[in-house]
Amino acid sequence: MASAPTRDKAGRPVIAVTGIGIVTSLGIGKDDNWAKLSAGVSGIRRISRFPIDGLRTTIAGTVDAAYTDYMPPADLTTRIAFLAAEEAVAQSGIGSKNHFPGPLFIAPPPLELEWHYREVLDEAAASQGDANYPDLVRAARQPQFSSVFASAKGSSVAERLADHFGTEGSPVSLNTACASGATGIQLGVEAIRRGDCQAVLVIGADGSITPESLVRFSLLSALSTHNDPPEQASRPFSKNRDGFVIAEGAAALVLEDIDHARARGTRILGIVEGCGEKADSFHRTRSSPDGKPIVACIRNALNDAGVGPEDVDYINAHGTSTPENDKMEYLGVSMVFGDRLKDVPISSNKSMIGHTLTAAGAVEAAFTLLTLQHQRMPPTINYDIPDPAIPFDVVPNVARDKRMRRAISNSFGFGGQNVSLVLAQEPA
Amino acid sequence: MTDRREVWITGVGLLTCLGEGLEAAWLHLDRGDPPPYDDKTFAPNIVFPMKPMSFDKQIAKKSDQRQMETWQRIGVYAAGMALTEAGITGNAELLDHTDMIISASGGERDIAVDTAILTGMRKAVPPSTFLNQHLMSDLRPTLFLAQLPNMLAGNISLVHGVVGASRTFLGEEAAGLDSVRIAQARIATGQSEVALVGGAYHGARWDAVINIELSGVLLKPPFAPVWDRGPKGGVTLATMSAFLVLESRDHAQARGARPRARIGRVYSDSRAREPGEIESTLRRLWKEISPDIHAREAVIISGASGAEPATSAELSVLTEIGLPVRNPGTYIGHGLDAQFVACLAIACGAIEHGKLFAPAGSGDRGNSPTPLRQAAVTSVGTWRGEGMTLLERVD
Repeated sequence: MASAPTRDKAGRPVIAVTGIGIVTSLGIGKDDNWAKLSAGVSGIRRISRFPIDGLRTTIAGTVDAAYTDYMPPADLTTRIAFLAAEEAVAQSGIGSKNHFPGPLFIAPPPLELEWHYREVLDEAAASQGDANYPDLVRAARQPQFSSVFASAKGSSVAERLADHFGTEGSPVSLNTACASGATGIQLGVEAIRRGDCQAVLVIGADGSITPESLVRFSLLSALSTHNDPPEQASRPFSKNRDGFVIAEGAAALVLEDIDHARARGTRILGIVEGCGEKADSFHRTRSSPDGKPIVACIRNALNDAGVGPEDVDYINAHGTSTPENDKMEYLGVSMVFGDRLKDVPISSNKSMIGHTLTAAGAVEAAFTLLTLQHQRMPPTINYDIPDPAIPFDVVPNVARDKRMRRAISNSFGFGGQNVSLVLAQEPA
Repeated sequence: MTDRREVWITGVGLLTCLGEGLEAAWLHLDRGDPPPYDDKTFAPNIVFPMKPMSFDKQIAKKSDQRQMETWQRIGVYAAGMALTEAGITGNAELLDHTDMIISASGGERDIAVDTAILTGMRKAVPPSTFLNQHLMSDLRPTLFLAQLPNMLAGNISLVHGVVGASRTFLGEEAAGLDSVRIAQARIATGQSEVALVGGAYHGARWDAVINIELSGVLLKPPFAPVWDRGPKGGVTLATMSAFLVLESRDHAQARGARPRARIGRVYSDSRAREPGEIESTLRRLWKEISPDIHAREAVIISGASGAEPATSAELSVLTEIGLPVRNPGTYIGHGLDAQFVACLAIACGAIEHGKLFAPAGSGDRGNSPTPLRQAAVTSVGTWRGEGMTLLERVD
């Protein structure tokens, strides 16, 4: 093993994954998550966190095990990010308590003041007439509300994580919509390749399901309204798919220069061989109808990894279950893979865990690494009515074993954000 | 690192309360004209709004303008200014590999909807049902796209056709600092050739004012320069947008692009602030860039926000350093995510004009060297995050 090259074809450090942590609606911890994911279990359920009357979509993949009453998204996101990072750092065995020897890249949801706090401020303002912002601001000035600030501050999740784990330098909070988690991995890979550091902690975490976040996606007609039964709502690549299911989750990866990992004698869980991205200038929420940005994104990732489509054994799809995304993903992937597509199964974790938004790229990269480790492809569940326009081998409904050495994980987001990752087993 | 490549600034786009473009801002700063703050609209808070402007020059389609809120319009506009100045606008081949790192907080809200729902919730039983129903019926569906932080980058792709890498950083001043740090480092090490960096912040709006007011840092009257706001300090939010095109020297020279300045490595750190921590961090960062400083030609452009203890801590270190200092924030207010890049833009102005602008307040010290050839630019965040870099004239 130790004789395998530790620089890639471009002379850059090979990037090893030495720690993985996962939290989703399926559970806390990667073992529990993998057991359920590979058994085709759904984490989608009726929302119990807040009343659902008046809403068009009433289901989600909430992480209820980490939630306590009135926890604002900043706190729940911090909590699940912490749980995932703790698992990853412990597995990696890197650093020491309160010192992680490298920077933090984290993809949290965008944060703003919550309705619960607006109500509290309105009450404190005791306005004479209708609610109004001048009075709310006057109330906000009272010192007892100073702790509310952190719930709406963009960097608050990153700061709390950086302080706890003792990461080095300025922690970076990033957002590329539904590709955020993958962008975090890419930024981490680039930092190690530049020689800025030998290790990074990357986290994607999203615990932001509130009435307003749900409604915002609902008004864009992006969400499934198959509310009954909840576990059957997310049906990527099916003919009767009607939208994604909003979800929460977190994943953390410890990435290291492979020399650094080997010198520590730690177990190498996988390799991030390449990252590719390509912005799309077609539309705010839709992909370019020619599929070119997705094609360029996947090819950029393959080129960065120094491999071709013929070297890929499995694809972890973005697979949101929206009519548009799944069609465009098929177009892009089929253009890259051509005839080889029939030998490359592609399944969607989102059929079981929903769309974990800013965490999705990290959560699905983590699951892809477990897929390679177990040599078992998790299924696309709820695949009863195939969409004839999408002739993917989606690993329908039941996990399947396959010899796999290398996989791609796709992430595509609003605003033309496209990121693909090439993940592989440790080279022999 | 000796293997690092030289990075140039080849385009600047700036929109502030001082007007459209770096030169408009420079004229105001150079004359030392009074800061155009507004102490009425959000009283007792003081903000720096922008004058109404037409966006047609950089955002041709009205339909695009309508799909954005203010922070996105000013951001897309200033990004366009930087791209145009760099000679990239409309050049599909260049745009195809132009990367971007944007700093943004997003989240612009519909104030009328917020307050109407709040009023209704007071008497509704249960309030939660009223909230659900009215969010469903009253929120504009497309408003969400004006709230997502990455949709400034998304709109820049759409309007200007920038389609290389696209990343957005969140988190107040540090987001601006880290976006430049990483864009510069990517170019210096060959991971990128040309990148658009910058951000936009719309501070003259109620939903921004309420968020920051919660933290208790906003300045109350009377207005005073950044350095002279007393022991409690105070921040004056601003509406502004600032963008730079960073480019490898080789890439710029190959296409005949003119350098506004050379930008060195950005050094930054972020810790919970124990007493004395800001000072020791700034001394450490200064040690990184000081070997490149020619004292008789150099100045410091400070990004201090007026918040305390950060502003006093920075001033004490700048006093030790002893170079002439100016803080544009007294004139343009504080634009959080956008402030560092705005300061870099103004430092480009100082380098091009070969001199400093007029002092304002007790911390703006020293006379301009003649000629001014180097400007170290600092950022000490209101709550966290310290950083600095060095801009130099390219001969």
